[in-house]
Amino acid sequence: MISIEHISQSLHEALSASLNSTLVLLIEMVIAGVLVIALFAVLGLVLVFMERKVSAYIQIRLGPNRVGYQGFAQTAADTLKLLIKEGLTPDGADKFLFNLAPLVVMVVAMLIMAPIAFTKGFQLWDINIGVLYVSAVSSISVIGILMAGWASNNKYSMLGAMRSGAQIVSYELSAGLSVITIVILVGSLSINDIIASQQNGWWIFKGHIPVMISFIIFVIAVTAETNRAPFDLAEAESELTAGFHTEYSGMRFAFFFLAEYVNIFVVCAIGATLFFGGWMPFHIGSWEAFNHVMDFIPGIVWFFGKIFSLIFLIMWFRWTFPRLRIDQLLNLEWKYLLPIAMFNLLLTTLMAITGFYFK
Amino acid sequence: MQYEEVATTEEGNLVINVGPQHPATHGVMHLVITLNGETILKVEPHLGYIHRSIEKMCESLSYRQFIYSTSRMDYLSAHINNHGCALAVEKGLQIEVPERAKVIRVLMDELTRVASHVLWWGAMAMDVGALTPFFHAFRERELINDIMEETCGARLTMNYMVPGGVMADLHPDFVRKVKDFVAFFRTKIDEYDTLITHNVIFQGRMKGVGVISAADAVSYGCTGPVLRACGVKCDIRKLSPYDGYEKLNFEEPLETAGDSYARYLQRMRELRESLSIIDQLIDNIPEGDFQAKTKAVLKLPKGEFYSRVETARGEFGVYIISEGGLTPYRIHFRSPGFNNLAALDHMARGQKIGDLVAIMGTLDLVIPDIDR
Repeated sequence: MISIEHISQSLHEALSASLNSTLVLLIEMVIAGVLVIALFAVLGLVLVFMERKVSAYIQIRLGPNRVGYQGFAQTAADTLKLLIKEGLTPDGADKFLFNLAPLVVMVVAMLIMAPIAFTKGFQLWDINIGVLYVSAVSSISVIGILMAGWASNNKYSMLGAMRSGAQIVSYELSAGLSVITIVILVGSLSINDIIASQQNGWWIFKGHIPVMISFIIFVIAVTAETNRAPFDLAEAESELTAGFHTEYSGMRFAFFFLAEYVNIFVVCAIGATLFFGGWMPFHIGSWEAFNHVMDFIPGIVWFFGKIFSLIFLIMWFRWTFPRLRIDQLLNLEWKYLLPIAMFNLLLTTLMAITGFYFK
Repeated sequence: MQYEEVATTEEGNLVINVGPQHPATHGVMHLVITLNGETILKVEPHLGYIHRSIEKMCESLSYRQFIYSTSRMDYLSAHINNHGCALAVEKGLQIEVPERAKVIRVLMDELTRVASHVLWWGAMAMDVGALTPFFHAFRERELINDIMEETCGARLTMNYMVPGGVMADLHPDFVRKVKDFVAFFRTKIDEYDTLITHNVIFQGRMKGVGVISAADAVSYGCTGPVLRACGVKCDIRKLSPYDGYEKLNFEEPLETAGDSYARYLQRMRELRESLSIIDQLIDNIPEGDFQAKTKAVLKLPKGEFYSRVETARGEFGVYIISEGGLTPYRIHFRSPGFNNLAALDHMARGQKIGDLVAIMGTLDLVIPDIDR
């Protein structure tokens, strides 16, 4: 069976045969970089298209259906339009920060991609503190948003940025705490170890109610962290026109837009890794035949299937719920989610010590 | 009622122009809001961006013609505006309107009210951040527009009511389509409740926000659902019934809380009442003329004439001064939106920016109605 692992292995062997190790590393890094950028672009196109189709389905519309088959080329056409558009910098804006902000947001979104294990043996960077790395790097994006809001010299932008700052900083706590529950159960921060621990069953099934609670908190927190409705206060269309990116146009706007979708992808990938076994197939106890059939489906299909199910869930939120108000948003985090997450952490620790979970 | 002046230039206060082009104002209105952080200190509406001097224009139009310009004021209650004008002219000329015409008028008024409230529901949900209900609302509104199109020939500014009755008879499909619509819509209202009314986030955004007391609402001159949500009976259809409303069996729903959620519930209950009025009339449309015989050229006797009707937004008054000529000497319209907007500052003080948008949603402002 051809798998991505074999391809990368044989590529590595072929390169090592004729070149010295430094050059091999260099070439491999270039390949990895190109792959990440390609994935980035493809994800942007696919997710934007998916969002438009999902929203159309929920809103009893057809969605884009003229450009390409079923409108599939629509996002490509939109990207082309954004590329050609003039990128305006408003008078009185801090030009350096204004131009830097989309780059920061974009680079952060790319960086988080590094430790994600797409399938067995296919990972850009097998770092032993993968989960910690992701939560650390993802909080940098708030700086980009604050930068954008401040540098735009626009009151709407600034309000949006301030909201977003308060929001991301708060929700990172409960997102972090719910991630830690799994780390405690596994006993490792490495993404590969976490996936390996789910060989005999995903944590969402093995971990009883505490893990389910932490999954729910995780989903709420990452929805807030990626500034998606019902927590999209940073852009709040009907209140702040477009929030922190009001003044952005052309490709710089597209960077924010792309970064939002890639962030969604990454947090869903983390969610799938932590709670749904990453690229591990779905197994049911002793159903040998069933398990073999499941094994036959490649890991990458499993992984992307799980990610896209989670993304669909988050899109579903966006097109269903009204938006919260800023004080309600912070109340939800500090008065409900955070205490629950902390108590839940205690429960999980107890569970890990006593070994009371399905093994 | 008395407020201290808010210093807009004080250190730390932020002045923001909301509009004239802003997604929350649903039209060209300009609000200058003073903020302290996210909290609103003052809201100052600036009007005039869509002023078309309709009242002045009416002075040079005949009594048949001026009615048409009123469709362009509150375009969501076009029928009801026309109805009010027709009533004023009929009062002056003492025209007896045939029974059939009266029933048709009431039916059209109530359909308009349903269409207007449905659109309000969608726009209101959009203001608080739920985008999907807007499309659901338009699905239902399209059906009413189709019914209107068949009978009146237009979908938005119908110009169907004329002095003495209505412009044309009902389309043969009218009764069947209205019945279908009412049956369909009753299931959909329940869906609206599940989707938005019972939503925890929505209730959190609405309850206790934008509170106004009955006394304050009266002194600002609020009418319609805004005043009724404070528990004051003010439905013109009940207070001074016109064209057969007195014969109908319907309730005037009253909420008492006076906050955004009360205004929301008020309109949802009125939707159901309108449906029951339509139910009562649709099988009992009397035979006969749809228009009284009137002279080709209408001339109101010297004097002053006033009529008032209940539009989807509140009390709409038409005040005509006639010198006995072909055209009115002066016309004044009392539009509900203008007075309801006046209460916005009172409701929004001390609330957050997000609440301001929600409060404006519950006031159901139609900007051309405010500016005229």
